[in-house]
Amino acid sequence: MSSSYTNRLLRVNLSDGSIKIEKINQDWQNKFIGGRGLATKYLVAETDPKIDALSKENKLIFVTGPLTGTPAPTGARYMIVTKSPLTGAVACSNSGGYFGSELKFAGYDMIIFEGAAEKPVYLSIYNDEVALKDASEVWGKGVWETEELLKSAEGDSEAKVAAIGPAGENKVLFSCIVNEKHRAAGRSGVGAVMGSKKLKAVVVRGTKGIGVNNPTQFFEDINRSKEILKDSPVTGKALPAYGTAVLVNVMNEYGGLPAYNFRKAQFENAEKVSGETLADTRLVANKACFACTIACGRVTKLPDEASEQYIVSTSSRNWKNAGEGPEYENTWAMAPLCGVDDIDALIKANWLCNDLGMDPISYGATLACAMELYDTGAIDEKTAGMNLAFGNAEALVKMAYATGYREGFGDYLAEGAYRLSKRFGHPEFFMGVKKQEFPAYDPRSVQGIGLAYATNNRGADHLRGYTIASEIMGIPEKTDPAATEGKAALTKLFQDATGVVDSSGLCVFSTFAIGLPEIVPMINSATGSNYSVDDALKIGERIWNMEHLYNLEAGISGSEDTLPKRILEGKIPEGPTKGMVNRLSEMLPEYYKLRGWDSSATPTEAKLKELDL
Amino acid sequence: MKTLRVDISKCTACRQCELACSWHLTGSFNPAKSAIKAFVFDTIARYVPYTCFQCDEAWCMNSCPVSAISIDAKTKAKVVDKDRCVGCRVCTIACPFGTISFDSATGKVYKCDLCDGDPSCVANCPTGAITYGDVDTSSTSRMSQWALKLTDAYSVKEASL
Repeated sequence: MSSSYTNRLLRVNLSDGSIKIEKINQDWQNKFIGGRGLATKYLVAETDPKIDALSKENKLIFVTGPLTGTPAPTGARYMIVTKSPLTGAVACSNSGGYFGSELKFAGYDMIIFEGAAEKPVYLSIYNDEVALKDASEVWGKGVWETEELLKSAEGDSEAKVAAIGPAGENKVLFSCIVNEKHRAAGRSGVGAVMGSKKLKAVVVRGTKGIGVNNPTQFFEDINRSKEILKDSPVTGKALPAYGTAVLVNVMNEYGGLPAYNFRKAQFENAEKVSGETLADTRLVANKACFACTIACGRVTKLPDEASEQYIVSTSSRNWKNAGEGPEYENTWAMAPLCGVDDIDALIKANWLCNDLGMDPISYGATLACAMELYDTGAIDEKTAGMNLAFGNAEALVKMAYATGYREGFGDYLAEGAYRLSKRFGHPEFFMGVKKQEFPAYDPRSVQGIGLAYATNNRGADHLRGYTIASEIMGIPEKTDPAATEGKAALTKLFQDATGVVDSSGLCVFSTFAIGLPEIVPMINSATGSNYSVDDALKIGERIWNMEHLYNLEAGISGSEDTLPKRILEGKIPEGPTKGMVNRLSEMLPEYYKLRGWDSSATPTEAKLKELDL
Repeated sequence: MKTLRVDISKCTACRQCELACSWHLTGSFNPAKSAIKAFVFDTIARYVPYTCFQCDEAWCMNSCPVSAISIDAKTKAKVVDKDRCVGCRVCTIACPFGTISFDSATGKVYKCDLCDGDPSCVANCPTGAITYGDVDTSSTSRMSQWALKLTDAYSVKEASL
């Protein structure tokens, strides 16, 4: 029976060099669909949550979903699942581009890396020919050059490369894994795990192709989704025109765009770095990930004079070429949050993050924290090695480089804002949850997203329960961002539904237009499964609880389901949302109740039984 | 007679054309076996869907020793008769554009056959970068774009008079 699953996984032991092909556990596949759910099940079954994330006991899993590699719109995604060195919690970071689909075409749903190599290696996959190869020539090099060199070494310009840069090698705690130079499994430091295993890259080429279970039904299902995506004002118009950075002006006007390390909720120069400004002045093309009919990706080019400013080492030679980004999150973290309004410095810092293999959200947020330390006199120019005043565009660019290589003060930035703020005696300047920095929506003026941040299994993050869709954009229906009522249920629903999307291989951006009633039929006709929407939501809830149990066992208790004091007590000082704080205590108990957890966030026996965990 | 037209400024490199083509040719989603390829030149921000031009004096057809390639009466596409093809690959060497390929899974060559007049790549391109139109007017839209620029130039000249 044909199916879009390949039903095979590659198990690569980096300690002894062994490579095995295994059949995917069918029971687990049924219970978790694929992607994030399935890989987390493997991680939970095979590792102890208490291990050191950077030890050889940790495993690093690359995983696709059943719709990855099919023409289902946005069916590009793969995920990295591992234990995070930044948070100590479960990490699951998602990326697009062409890597995930290529892995499927080579005949694999998943790769599990275990152990650690003694010398730098990369994994080369050409269908059934799989080998670990010497990576000493590319160790130390940026992601972009690594990709070019490995394609050349493999003699195949169409091979797809996922690599770490110097940041991953140097175990920067928010380093990422980057494919096609600009697409990243970004958050929680998954690149450092790869670096700790001395695994520089995975190079994959596949020519096998994949089928679907019921082609007639499948084409009907995907064409319906494509039409809905095309007709939606968000996925059909705003995202193609302005990218995700269309939100800069939207959030700023509302009073929900944190600036100056959350001292403010509006940035006076937001217009200078908005999606509209980027489109008008720096955008040269739209770029899609595999099978994506939205194409929100920004391809940008610097003016000649800007490409010669703030030069850092070798990477800047690429600044004369076109590159990708910045998107909304990167823009926010590195511009408003740091008080920077120089769009060219922002573009360069973003490209540096991509080339160094570093999460621009955590980098920008950590620099903003350092800037507050500087502003309050907790650190000075001598400690930092340069002027770290809010708004310093040169610092934004140069500190990115220093962070990736852990040079000078960059060595402290590389530890993230939680550890940085503690080191210099001001833990209250850390703006995040579970040691991970916040993303770009102010939880003081958007109540639900505060609950989503506080309860997120991977620390502060917007992508596992994007209540902004409802609270700001009115998708699927508008709720009042200032209200706490109903937000517990909203957050739970978004979290559970996202688990399904992340397990399917689709991009979460597709859900601006389509929902589980469209996604579940695509999974069914592609694989031959027979899930209802309710079955799928139950799977999403199972995934959420499985991740949560992992975290509890790792020693992360319910007491960490909270927000910084500045968010709970420090009122927004000015603007349309003046005076607002996050009222977490009005939402959290109800959330736990809806989850079937006791007051210490421990799932009840009945809930575990219901979820078959 | 119709031809495929490509407007590279509209291509986003989503590869829906490759998925559609490979499904048409092989019954699976397999960009490596697609007769159309969307190439990515990232440093210059160019994405280029590329396939057979269906040349009049087709090198592939003329070089085939077993006459496995013929002209489709309806679309004028050069099409491969898989029963006749012996997999010698001479056509892949003869074609100066690289748009006829060998598939080791079947032991035969494959190329764009214009899907019997309803090209699947065109139907599945989300941005209109690939269209199918009359060959004799294929350059009209580009001429029109440049004509518009001339209009601007004339306006400037008139204003200065």
